[in-house]
Amino acid sequence: MPQPQPAICRSCLAEFHAEPSAMLRCPECGNPRVLVHDELFDLSIAHMDCDAFYASVEKRDNPALQDKPVIIGGGKRGVVSTACYVARIKGVRSAMPMFQALKLCPDAVVVKPRMGAYVEASRAVRKMMDELTPKVEPLSLDEAFMDLTGTQKLHGHPPAVMLARLVKRMKDEVGVTGSIGLSHNKFLAKVASDLDKPRGFAIIGKAETPDFLRGKPVRMIWGVGPAFQASLEKAGLRTFDDILRWDRRELHERFGGMGDRLWHLARGEDYRRVSTNAPVKSISNETTFFEDTSDPDLLDGYIWRLAEQVSDRAKARDLAGRVVTLKLKRANFTALSRRLSLRDATQMADKIYHTARGLFDQVSDQGPFRLIGVGLSDLIPAQAADLTGDLLDPQAEQRSRAERATDSIREKFGKDAIVKGRSLR
Amino acid sequence: MKISIERAALLKAVSQAQSVVERRNTIPILANVLIEAEGEAVSFRATDLDIEVVDKTLAQVERAGATTVSAVLLHEIVRKLPDGALVQLTDDGASGRLTVEAGRSNFSLATLPREDFPVMATSEYTANFTASAVVLRRLFDKSKFAISTEETRYYLNGVFMHIADAEGGKVLRCVATDGHRLARIDADLPEGAADMPGVIVPRKTVGELRKLLEDDDVQIAVSVSETKVRFATPEITLTSKVIDGTFPDYTRVIPAGNTRKLEVDAAEFAKAVDRVSTVSSERSRAVKLSLDEDRLVLSVNAPDSGAAEEELAVAYGDERLEIGFNAKYLLEIASQVDRENAVFMFNSAGDPTLMREGNDTSAVYVVMPMRV
Repeated sequence: MPQPQPAICRSCLAEFHAEPSAMLRCPECGNPRVLVHDELFDLSIAHMDCDAFYASVEKRDNPALQDKPVIIGGGKRGVVSTACYVARIKGVRSAMPMFQALKLCPDAVVVKPRMGAYVEASRAVRKMMDELTPKVEPLSLDEAFMDLTGTQKLHGHPPAVMLARLVKRMKDEVGVTGSIGLSHNKFLAKVASDLDKPRGFAIIGKAETPDFLRGKPVRMIWGVGPAFQASLEKAGLRTFDDILRWDRRELHERFGGMGDRLWHLARGEDYRRVSTNAPVKSISNETTFFEDTSDPDLLDGYIWRLAEQVSDRAKARDLAGRVVTLKLKRANFTALSRRLSLRDATQMADKIYHTARGLFDQVSDQGPFRLIGVGLSDLIPAQAADLTGDLLDPQAEQRSRAERATDSIREKFGKDAIVKGRSLR
Repeated sequence: MKISIERAALLKAVSQAQSVVERRNTIPILANVLIEAEGEAVSFRATDLDIEVVDKTLAQVERAGATTVSAVLLHEIVRKLPDGALVQLTDDGASGRLTVEAGRSNFSLATLPREDFPVMATSEYTANFTASAVVLRRLFDKSKFAISTEETRYYLNGVFMHIADAEGGKVLRCVATDGHRLARIDADLPEGAADMPGVIVPRKTVGELRKLLEDDDVQIAVSVSETKVRFATPEITLTSKVIDGTFPDYTRVIPAGNTRKLEVDAAEFAKAVDRVSTVSSERSRAVKLSLDEDRLVLSVNAPDSGAAEEELAVAYGDERLEIGFNAKYLLEIASQVDRENAVFMFNSAGDPTLMREGNDTSAVYVVMPMRV
């Protein structure tokens, strides 16, 4: 005889015990959206991932789009930043070039991203998560880890109920849907949120972890990109079972720190904490052109604007970086990137621009380009940056004072109150 | 080719060769050293296409010939052979192997044909002069710490060696800077150097050159053209391309109007800087100098780790001044002072500071202050 297991109704949030069955309905409201799991009331690490977040916001704000395939992205030549589930059925994916997406789904409505609206929706969702637990680790605008350990007494309900309530509130109050992954660590929570998308709620319990991982591909691990996957495959590591056959030392020797992590993950272990202030590792901005170009003046204008955007973001967070990266994509989609370590970390647009411009000069003959990006990494607190002037560039100090003055004018009168002529190119 | 050579002589030659060859190169022959035996001498030649070093040494040549073999491998082997061993290098030409024999050890190394080895084109040198190892050592040792590693300003990735006008007439001068500090070192003009074109000697060449300057008594033959520079001892010839760029006008950078003079025992000063900077975080090693009548207080305030302060008796007679520097920069310039007190000339907390040894203007350093 199977024992009754903890269960909740995702619709009316009723808590009860039931035997798992396909026909199960909520005893209170009769809704079939019922979660039953042995460890349902014990698990407390969650990952929340909004479903096609940008597209959901667009559909919310423009009901005419409701049943249409919607793609968010920058114009005909950009890439897909988000595709709604209608468009995903046709095979459209994030990061796919727009022309390819439109070939797959010619009747798609392409919407230019309205970051302001997404940030606002994201803030509203974040506020709701903050009410559940102080331990919220946002990964981006539309996804976050939450650690609800020890919150049951406070809320009077187990985490699973609070999470079900969260997605319900998100739908009712913000108008976006999300999927929840609930497990006993971050790795599995993240994997779980993807199992049942959209509007999903998936659970991976401790007891079932080894069974769950058996035969699953290693690319499931967040952070294992195509390149690392290729080197794993070279070593004969395709699934978690393959990793289990290696001993820890071998993995470490071959893959360093990542090897240790693989060893743990293959056993369903992940000891990382949900950290509220995950440090920002890098700041970068990029843009895809309407037409491929190798025009140095035009590109120079882009480099300046990107440097300024990166600098604005760094200043907003009181960060400075030591490494400036320039990224280019050629017309044939091959990527090119150059980086330079500065002796002194900076957050100044002028310094970022001059460094990126120097990097660009090394590769300017390899155009035409379709995309350009500027990034800042190896970040440190701003008070330890831009401390030493340059003997050979005495004007740098003046330019930096001018930039600070410009910043304060823009703060008062708006972003466009004062711009560099260079940015108009 | 068949030669016998003493281990010490062989080790010296191959260690110079293996430091020139590029560690990560894609052209296999560039990892090799070219060994040429003729008469009573063997020469070892290595290059990275920018620098070429040839070390000629006496050996017992039984059969003349030439071959190339991995410089790093040969160096590793010779290094591990016992001191005083007699090493025999044999290449029969047909097997494509070089045999290295010493005592009971026997190695067989893969070779590449000598014809594939790129020999640097000879240059028309416009100036030839000789300078003692002591003079060159001073010029480069005291300037090389300021060489920049930033690739965007590639023309700063070396020491600018040129002829300049100083107070007492023309001098041979070396200048290096990375924008934060600058070193300007002068030496008496050697005979025949007056028409030398100014050249930027790359960082790696400066490092290789240093190995030629160990012996005080050696005279170095220096040859300079617009594109190349050559330094030669009787045994070793180091030829290098120079950096193709224009060194910036450094004269504008050297402050002439700084009037606030601080005189301090360089060694005491360096030790104190080193001590107080212990508490500062690695990333912003700022040291504050607070100057008052004959009194210098060095202080570091690192919010995360702590604070430190140390007072030094100094000679200072000007207005109070507070100025910050990167501790590493202060230590580096203070360590250049050999005999006398360090003399610092300040202007304001935002202006470049000048440092020299006593009243000697043949070695002058400039360092940019840091906001503290």
